[in-house]
Amino acid sequence: MGPVTTDLSKSPGDKPQGGPPPPDRPRSSATRDLLMDAARRNMRQYGMLIALALIVVLFQIWTDGVLLKPNNVTNLVLQNSYILVLGIGMMIVIIAGHIDLSVGSLAAFVSAACAVMMVEHDIPWVLALVLGLAIGAVAGAWQGFWIAYVGIPSFIVTLAGMLLFRGGTQIFLGSRSLGPFPEGFQKISTGYLPEIGPATNYHNLTLLLGLALLAFALLQEVRDRRRQKEYELEVLPRNLFLTKCVALAAAVLAFTMTLASYRGVPVVLLLLAALLIGFGYVMRNAVVGRHVYALGGNRAAAKLSGVKDRRVTFLVFVNMGVLAALAGIVYAARLNAGVPQAGVNFELEAIAAAFIGGASMSGGVGTVFGAIIGGLVLGVLNNGMSLVGIGTDYQQVIKGLVLLAAVGFDVWNKRRVGS
Amino acid sequence: MTPPVLEMRSIVKTFPGVKALSDVTLTVAPGEVHAICGENGAGKSTLMKVLSGVHPHGSYDGEILFQGSPCAFKDIGASEARGIVIIHQELALVPYLSIAENIFLGNEHASHGIISWNETLKHAAALLKRVGLTEHPQTRVADIGVGKQQLVEIAKALAKEVKLLILDEPTAALNDTDSAQLLLLIRELQAQGITSIIISHKLNEIAEVADSVTILRDGRTIETLDVRAESTTEDRIIRGMVGRDLDHRFPERTPHDGDPEARPALEIRDWTVHHPIDQQRKVVDNVSIHVRRGEIVGIAGLMGAGRTELAMSVFGRSYGRNISGTVFKDGREIRTRTVPEAVAQGIAYVTEDRKQYGLNLIDTIGRNITLSALPKVARRGIVDEHEETRVAESYRTSMNIKAPTVFEQTGRLSGGNQQKVVLSKWIFAGPDVLLLDEPTRGIDVGAKYEIYTVIDRLAAQGKAVVFISSELPELLGMCDRVYTMAAGRLTGEIPRAEATQEVLMRHMTRNTR
Repeated sequence: MGPVTTDLSKSPGDKPQGGPPPPDRPRSSATRDLLMDAARRNMRQYGMLIALALIVVLFQIWTDGVLLKPNNVTNLVLQNSYILVLGIGMMIVIIAGHIDLSVGSLAAFVSAACAVMMVEHDIPWVLALVLGLAIGAVAGAWQGFWIAYVGIPSFIVTLAGMLLFRGGTQIFLGSRSLGPFPEGFQKISTGYLPEIGPATNYHNLTLLLGLALLAFALLQEVRDRRRQKEYELEVLPRNLFLTKCVALAAAVLAFTMTLASYRGVPVVLLLLAALLIGFGYVMRNAVVGRHVYALGGNRAAAKLSGVKDRRVTFLVFVNMGVLAALAGIVYAARLNAGVPQAGVNFELEAIAAAFIGGASMSGGVGTVFGAIIGGLVLGVLNNGMSLVGIGTDYQQVIKGLVLLAAVGFDVWNKRRVGS
Repeated sequence: MTPPVLEMRSIVKTFPGVKALSDVTLTVAPGEVHAICGENGAGKSTLMKVLSGVHPHGSYDGEILFQGSPCAFKDIGASEARGIVIIHQELALVPYLSIAENIFLGNEHASHGIISWNETLKHAAALLKRVGLTEHPQTRVADIGVGKQQLVEIAKALAKEVKLLILDEPTAALNDTDSAQLLLLIRELQAQGITSIIISHKLNEIAEVADSVTILRDGRTIETLDVRAESTTEDRIIRGMVGRDLDHRFPERTPHDGDPEARPALEIRDWTVHHPIDQQRKVVDNVSIHVRRGEIVGIAGLMGAGRTELAMSVFGRSYGRNISGTVFKDGREIRTRTVPEAVAQGIAYVTEDRKQYGLNLIDTIGRNITLSALPKVARRGIVDEHEETRVAESYRTSMNIKAPTVFEQTGRLSGGNQQKVVLSKWIFAGPDVLLLDEPTRGIDVGAKYEIYTVIDRLAAQGKAVVFISSELPELLGMCDRVYTMAAGRLTGEIPRAEATQEVLMRHMTRNTR
């Protein structure tokens, strides 16, 4: 949740045009300006958040409340986890000004490799997991080498990788599906946090985690606001800030209660949260994250500023490889088998998630949080449409139109604000 | 008196939040060359976009009369149909198409959608002759120089039966020879009855080619002067542009001859660089230069002299192939094989092309300023954004970057302010030696003065400054010493006392081959 909250509190400082408000300006109009500016600058992200909320409300009504039932919310997380993992990596690749078409095939390759290791060679599942991630890293390094050091366009290299890894998967598995896996491995995707404490009607550990998250988020908000004041940046007025905190608290609590009233926090959700917070932080606050944005924004200028373009590009692809491997492992664990057709079209879903979530074709723009929003928009559409009985044929048509509309809105909005 | 060919009356054009033109009146007499000048952001380009229909009728207020009848252009095609053709600052040619194809792009000699190549080539050859080009019409545009490309643009305008030709900074990218040829051509076209409007920053050009000049400032017409009149001097025009007397175009600076005994801060010896594609060609040929602390050393040269190539190849081998020579810093030989190495050795290179090589235009002022020295505002690889904002804010104030906050996108700034951001970036990196490549290109007089002041301050702090420029008065006004280059070779080293425009130009045109 980190990136969102900081984003919201940060944006008021970003005042386009117009100059700082004179001190004697009436307070209400200054506040309105602040909000308007914040909204304008984060149009895409807010727009998608609002769209996501609308889609959720729509399907909640349409499905007579099934969509947000605790078991379905949990299911939604599980169903979309691998796309979200890929979406995070894909967002970073696209910010750097590249594309990766190979992630679906690579996920399949790693899941097949893990299956062969565990089922045919009885390798302990933890070791298989680590080796699987290592294979992802090596595959990413292989592609990163051609892209960063040899200079072959990423589209070509990863198109080749798409064929390569898919072929490798089929060589490994033939037409078999290998399973089942050790229980520990399955738990990656189907496990929940353990029950502890007295028997309430809720999952206790989940409640505790929710409260901890809430406390952390609020603390972060307050600290950020204080630091901004220290640096004499503009901050939200007190009552708006409180409203925001209440809204944040309500959202966290509602989500916690929903999960707690079913089976608690799925392991994979913890994993996703860790990735979101970790990568969100790196992309926003770390030097290397900043270098990725700089490369995507203007490669030549970044190079002449001393950004090690080759190394950063290489690392971006190694990272993508590891995340693709992780997605493959989560997928295999959920299926409890390695199958040759795993991960077909995953790359397209991940790319769509990134673009719906605010990435730009030319690079330099986007956030990790945006990729999650984009992935969830697709996920809720999938889930909701399945619940109301829309066939996969129409589902694809609708998802295609949503992608077009999201990017079209962005282009239109930029043209309106810019020039 | 003949009636004017063009009258623009009380033009007002607003963009969301900005009034670009608040009351502009422009009157152009038939057959004249009419210059428009003003600081960046004065509204020159906007005015021309209104005239040519880029900003369609209805999006602005005011009246346009062309050849006596009112105009309501809905797009650029409508204005071209009346014979008004605009040539933009950035050339709009397709590099991989031939000259002939470019000339008739969108205006093809075709019947029923099928192009007649014979007719196209014949007509193209005739047009090329008119603009003084001897190239074959089937030559690819990518294979001819920028100067000739500009002439192709004019041929393209002629193909459209141009009556009023608008040129937006036509010589900005040209060297002096090409510029002179272009100006001559404008004169020739004038003799053939074509009226021209020329936007230019170069006052000597205006004096040379224009009959009258209209000065814009802050979206208003200030005055129209007769260039031929005795009273119209460069200083007179500058006064109109900036609205104040500019008796000091350069900051007062005490010449720094440098202690000849002291070791130079930077010394480049026997530097040779080959062209990255045409690897036989030496673009920099055995050049040795040095600069001491506190000294500002100019490098003068015409286009193609190898000045940018010299600076970029020294700065992390960012240009060229097969580079040889040695670099010394404070008497010690150093390696500058990559940009990070060069930066670590305290060298900074401020590019001549800020949009392409200097800035991330979609990112904020603050993030651009810190990019080359991010670790300075980071701890253990994590950027401290508050500290970053504080640093950026201090540069916004001290460099007088005109933007409401440091969160503004650099792409929205004017050229002068963008240049200040690039300079801030490199000053923040804390270099000992600054290689400044055309630091005042394409920016207005007021911003230029501010940048001169910054450069002077840097030298006073003991930094060594190499100042590459195509504007001779600027080199004379700022430098302690000027090197001249021609065709990749060093052709002269002239101390401040002996430097005049004539002396520099003589060395810059010396043929040493």
